[in-house]
Amino acid sequence: MTKIKTLADLRKIKEEVQSKIKLRENSDHPEQVVQVKVGMATCGIASGAKETMKYFVDELEQQAIDAVVTQTGCMGYCYAEPTVEITLPGKEPVVFGYVNKDKAEEIIDVYIKRGALIDGIIPLAFRTIDD
Amino acid sequence: MKTISEHVLDIVQNSVRAEATLIEIIVREQRKNNLYTLEIIDNGCGMTREVLEQATNPFFTSRSTRKVGLGLSLLKQNAEAAGGSFIIFSEPGKGTKVEAVFLLNHLDRPPLGDIWDTWYLTLLSNPEIRLVYTHQTNEGSFSIDSQEVLKMTDGIPLQQKEMREAILEMIKNNLEEINTSK
Repeated sequence: MTKIKTLADLRKIKEEVQSKIKLRENSDHPEQVVQVKVGMATCGIASGAKETMKYFVDELEQQAIDAVVTQTGCMGYCYAEPTVEITLPGKEPVVFGYVNKDKAEEIIDVYIKRGALIDGIIPLAFRTIDD
Repeated sequence: MKTISEHVLDIVQNSVRAEATLIEIIVREQRKNNLYTLEIIDNGCGMTREVLEQATNPFFTSRSTRKVGLGLSLLKQNAEAAGGSFIIFSEPGKGTKVEAVFLLNHLDRPPLGDIWDTWYLTLLSNPEIRLVYTHQTNEGSFSIDSQEVLKMTDGIPLQQKEMREAILEMIKNNLEEINTSK
């Protein structure tokens, strides 16, 4: 294959891809997809959040899980970076701390795919019975 | 931060928070003068003079979740450690320009790092912001504009594997072509 160097080369790839994939309709309805927010302020980046985000983008696409992966700012848990907030459709957001690649893999396999909680959750907000 | 690209990833968040619609990242290598310049220019809300004076103070931040703001101070520290300089220009309502100068061959100048990932991940999170990355060396210049890329991909998700790999490869190949410093 020739080296991809210009937008024209990129367009060729796009045309090959276009015929292969079905456009996902869900992307217009963010409440129906898994939302992954990676803490990417100074503290997160210094702790390797870039690798974590890359892993989520790569792996969720690979496993064909409908998800939106975005960056977010510092949530104030600098000690536990990289932090990731996961919102499953119809559920409350859950924040995980110390998310390196291994932890990210566990989060995808256990929490995102099966909905079971795992260690490493940072209590975000407590709600009482009255709420 | 270990690389220029991590600094960019970090500083660009400031522009995002300043509600910029255009962010330009420019790296200039001047081998003759031994200079390595990083500029990040946005058209966001800008800063008043009082805020600007405090911007590189690590104990100043515009956020309320914590009491420190290290992004700009760390970049300043790295630029100065590499024999360079650091300056911010900003005007309320117009935008901000951050300029960090390093000595190109200084041992403490951070390497460029995976700037393609920085550009791509920032775009993925902020598709509505026009993100332009330009890299100039003695041997040429390369520029990638998110507006052109998004117009071309025309609805194909950027996360799509082949598309993502093609975009990243295109940036890498072009940087190699103009022989960027490590």
